[in-house]
Amino acid sequence: MKEINLEAKVENLDKVLAFIDAELEAVDCPMKHQMQIDVAVEELFVNIANYAYGDKTGNATIEIEAKDGQATVTFTDEGVQYDPLKKEDPDVTLSAEERQIGGLGIFIVKKSMDEMKYRYEDGKNILTIVSYW
Amino acid sequence: MTINKTANGNELVIALAGRLDTTTAPQLDEEVKAIDGVTKLVFDFAALEYISSAGLRVLLSAQKIMNKQGSMVIKNVNEEIREIFDVTGFIDILTIE
Repeated sequence: MKEINLEAKVENLDKVLAFIDAELEAVDCPMKHQMQIDVAVEELFVNIANYAYGDKTGNATIEIEAKDGQATVTFTDEGVQYDPLKKEDPDVTLSAEERQIGGLGIFIVKKSMDEMKYRYEDGKNILTIVSYW
Repeated sequence: MTINKTANGNELVIALAGRLDTTTAPQLDEEVKAIDGVTKLVFDFAALEYISSAGLRVLLSAQKIMNKQGSMVIKNVNEEIREIFDVTGFIDILTIE
């Protein structure tokens, strides 16, 4: 298992994805799954960067364990308590005019990952996603 | 991400290469805000490898603009990006050729 700890800001997204991609490439993760995992990591990290600490800044830790046809990625932050699994799904049957801008990120993660778990422990949001290939 | 624009009268082709993500989507958003007078907008995704919700938001804005002033199509969408269009229902909003 490897981890990276950095300031949760959008400017650090490329660093987070480079860290994730290096681990996935080391275990020959298929491209399709790598992209799905990258998208999920982007959505979740950007969410932490934009909302977890309000106007202040704080850190996020991202851990990855990739082996034997599966990758588990865990995000930990000490921001405001937030369970993305409780977020209501957007209505994906609406027309372009009726669609709201936004709200799709978490939904994509839910749909593309095989498992998604949230817990709040010792003042920390701990979110885990798992993808199998 | 690189953005390549080719205009032909009122038709504009925007070819994207690389990743359309949180970091790069604002560049495309700038282009989309400047499509006054375009009646046919074509996105060529042949060299686009990746899209996240930030990219979808820009495509939705472009579609809303083009619904008022003409038509919009997206060409050469790869399988992974098509799957994201699929789960988000964008497959029904966008015209994919």
